[in-house]
Order: sequence, then C-alpha cells, then structure tokens
Amino acid sequence: MSKSYRELALDGLWNNNPATVQILGLCPLLAVTGSVVNAMGLGLATLVVLMGSNACVSLIRNYVTDAVRLPAFVMIIAAMVTVIEMLMQAYTFELYEILGIFIPLIVTNCAVLGRADAFASKNAILPSMVDGFMMGLGFLVILLILGGMRELVGQGTLFTNMQLLFGPMAAHWELTVIDNYGGFLLAILPPGAFLGLGLIIAGKNVIDKHLKEARKRNASDEPKVSRRVRTTGKVS
Amino acid sequence: MSLITSTSPHATVKNNTGAFMRQVIYATLPGLAVLTWQFGWGSVINVLWAVIVALVSEALFLKARGRNIAFYLKDYSAVVTAVLLGLALPPTAPWWLTLIGVSFAIIVAKQLYGGLGMNPFNPAMVGYVLLLISFPVAMTQWLAPGEPLSFVQSWQLFTGQLPVDGLSGATPLDTFRTAHSAGAASEGELASHSILHGQFAGLGWEWVNLAFLLGGLYLISRKIITWHIPVGFLAGLGLPALLAWLIDPVRFADPLFQLFSGGAMLGAFFIATDPVSAATSRMGRLIYALLIGLLIWVIRTFGGYPDAVAFSVLLLNLSAPFIDYYTQPRTYGHKSSKRGVS
Repeated sequence: MSKSYRELALDGLWNNNPATVQILGLCPLLAVTGSVVNAMGLGLATLVVLMGSNACVSLIRNYVTDAVRLPAFVMIIAAMVTVIEMLMQAYTFELYEILGIFIPLIVTNCAVLGRADAFASKNAILPSMVDGFMMGLGFLVILLILGGMRELVGQGTLFTNMQLLFGPMAAHWELTVIDNYGGFLLAILPPGAFLGLGLIIAGKNVIDKHLKEARKRNASDEPKVSRRVRTTGKVS
Repeated sequence: MSLITSTSPHATVKNNTGAFMRQVIYATLPGLAVLTWQFGWGSVINVLWAVIVALVSEALFLKARGRNIAFYLKDYSAVVTAVLLGLALPPTAPWWLTLIGVSFAIIVAKQLYGGLGMNPFNPAMVGYVLLLISFPVAMTQWLAPGEPLSFVQSWQLFTGQLPVDGLSGATPLDTFRTAHSAGAASEGELASHSILHGQFAGLGWEWVNLAFLLGGLYLISRKIITWHIPVGFLAGLGLPALLAWLIDPVRFADPLFQLFSGGAMLGAFFIATDPVSAATSRMGRLIYALLIGLLIWVIRTFGGYPDAVAFSVLLLNLSAPFIDYYTQPRTYGHKSSKRGVS
C-alpha cells in the first residue's frame, strides 16, 4: 500500500498518467486544448481540484462508510470545483469566460473521482496530496503538450493570450513561430485533438517499448545457450 | 501421353491487385481529359503531383513499418488514392494543398491503420475532407467551365505565383445553392444563371460526369467493380431528387442535374466502390450505396455544403461493418442466421 513519493511521482507523470494511460478526463482534454493558455488554465484548475479533493477525502476516509463513499467524494469534489470556479471568475475572468462550461465539468472528470476512490480513500493525507499533485501535473503536462501542438499547427503561434492567466506582464509572451501562416483549421477543431492525443499516446508507447528493450538487454547480458547438444542451426 | 488434371478455378489470366488498380487508373483517363478540356491543365498537374507525394509517403511509411517497399508500391493502391484525390481537388489547387491532403490520406488514413486492406475509411476521401474542413476557401475555388487556362497559368496557380481570386468561378451546385440561400429563388432568377443550363445538366460539369460515367462503365465491363454500388448510389441520389423535383421544380434541382453535377459520377463508380472500405455482400452494397446517394441529396439540398460525396462516403464507410453484419448471405445448405438481439 505504501508507495514511496518517487513511485507516486513516476506513476502520475508517466506510468499511470491520467491522460495517456488511464485515458481519463478526455472531455476537457480534447475540448479545451486549442491553445496553450486554455490548456494551462484548465490543467491548473484540475491540479488544484485533485490535490484539494484528495486531501479532504483522505481526512474523512475513516469516518465514511463504504456504502456512501462515492456520493461523499462527489460532494467534496463539487465543492472544490465551485471554489476554483469562483476564484477563476474573480481573478482570471476572461479565461473563465473562454473555458466556460468546462470548469464546472471538472466535477465529472473521472480522473479526480478515480484518484479519490483508488488512492486517497486508502492513504494518509500527505501521500494523498502528493498523489493528487503528481496526477494533476501529469494531466497538466499532457494538456500543455496537446495545447502547444494544436496552437502551433493550427495558427502558427505559441503562448498567445497568456495575459489571461498571468496578468499584463505576460502579454508579450506570444511567439510567432511561423510567419504569414495561413492557419490549419483541423488542428484547432475537435478532430485535431483526437489526432494529437493519438500521436502523443503512440509516442509514449514507442518510448516505453525502447525502455523495456533496454532493460531486457541490461538484465540478460550473458548469451543464451542451449542445454542440449545441437548439431544444426543456432539458438537465438 | 499424360493427362494433366488441374482443379478449379481454371484461371487463365493472372490477376493481382496491381492489375486491378491499373485498370481503375485507366478508367479515370476520360474524366481527366474532360477536366483538362474544360478547366485547363490544373487537374493533370494535381494528379501527377499527388502520385509523386503518395509514392514517397507510402515508401517512407512502409520503410518505417519494416515492410517490403517495392512489393507494396507495385500494388498501385497508393497511386489510385492519389489519382482520385487529385481529380477531386479543384484545378486551382496550390502544391501545398495536394501535399497535405495526399500525405494525410496515405500516412494517417491508410498506413497508420495497417496499410491496404486495413483502412476502415476511403483514404482519398479522408484527405479530401481534411482539406475541405481545414482550407475551405482554397477547396472551393473552381474555374468557370469551358474557359480552360493555359499550361503556364495552371502552373503558376500550382506554384502560388498567380492569385486565384480573379479566375475562380462558382460550380453549378454552388450557384444553385447560393440562388436558394435567401429563400426560394424565382424561375427567372434560375434562368439567368447560364452555368445551370448546359445541354442536359450544369454547364461543363455534365461532360466531366459523363466521362466518369463512361470510365465507370468500362470498369463494370472489365468486372473490376460490380453494378451494385454505382446503381445503388445513383438511385439513392436520383430517386429522391426526382420526387422532390416533381413536387417543386423550382426549389429542387432536377434529377439529371443532380446526377451530372459535382462529384456524383466520380463518387458512384470510383470512390464508393473502393473494395476495402465498402460493404461486401451484394445486398449490403446496394444498401450502402443507396444510403450514400440519399445522404448526398439530403446534404446538397438542406445541408451546409454544396456537394457531399466525401462526407457521405465516409459516414457510410463507418456503417459498412454494421451493414455487412445484417446482410450476410445464406450459405447453401444452411439456414439463414438470426442477427441482432433476440
């Protein structure tokens, strides 16, 4: 049960990443990643919700019976989301308007409820918060990569409108990577999100495969030999 | 004297995928010729460039997937995809449009799914829809029929040196659509658009479609395709058009106009008949093609796009396994199987 923090971090960021391995939270993942700023806004909101809900769930885990645990978790998550929503409404109003329904919809992000039930309800508060943070970070990273890909291919820029999230000092962060870019609508439309996520998952699988082969090579350095005497052929 | 016995099938001609695909390519030639006659060299340039792009992307991905490059290139399937997409693109298409469309068709719609025979969607139409959604302006710039551009002009359009704005003209389907966009057009307004009144259908386009029809009939005569899909397709498009036209000949286009406009004949004989992504049983093919035709008529008449061959084919590609499941023919000596929830 007790995983080291290193394992928690690895799980959240890579081995059990909510977006690329669990394939959870697809609705916001696909819907709001049209640009880096949208992705970052929603990713940060989800991260805070995940940490907060994991902490609260962990605190009450010994007082809630199994039969009613899911409604209780959902209530906690909904409360967290409401807090975040109001905060965003207060401090990043324009972004709040852009993200619209997808902020309240964090409640329905299966990754949040999944972590509450699978981890926080069985672990102490500190590991739960670390788990929430790492899962949120893993989700945020994928959102950012996808947002970056789609913004770059879709309109040839990166970090447009970052002032919506970081205030006026971020207004000139916009990078025009390709000048006079005509735009590639598909990347910004929903199909671009599906294609992009598919490519990211494929890329992760390729890296995993190479890692696995490298491990196998390291593990078995001595050459294989047959125990029987062979007269023909080679043992591979 | 020895008696050589051989079992059936007693095939005397060596049939392979490449030979079939080459026949399809030959059958598109009349259509290509008429497109060139009507609009200039743009389509020829498109097709040639598309073939180059398709072969290169197919070779690259076959190599990446560790397949035998020469063997798979020789099946000509990539060339057919490229030719069909090149024919479907407007003759004003710049080089990058074809490059994006064809490479996406080959790499994503075909190779990523596992190559020829594994693709659930018609690769050429996936490429076409990608372009239509991403670059709606570039994809709708056709030329006025009957005023072919010179080779130099077409080449300059292809390389992007010549702006297309002054040259482009609406297709008959576009014109009909625009005339009705602000409520029903009057009979006089329709009569004022000369492009709507060719010999028997839209000006210029009637000959393009007639040429594809001839090419398609050649394919049927060579038994490359069966009659089911083209007949179903044309009936699915023509019958609703006929009914609606009988009810209101001003609001609805007449069936000949529908059948000989846009991509109807190219779609019926060359695109919907793709053996990989179409339904397979005879009954299934009829249903599949009827629904494609019906969908084209519905989208052309009530939808947001002037033509809809690509969308309809892709939607029915998606339904083809379902159609096949319910139309499996009974094997001789067996009862017909019960399908679905019992």
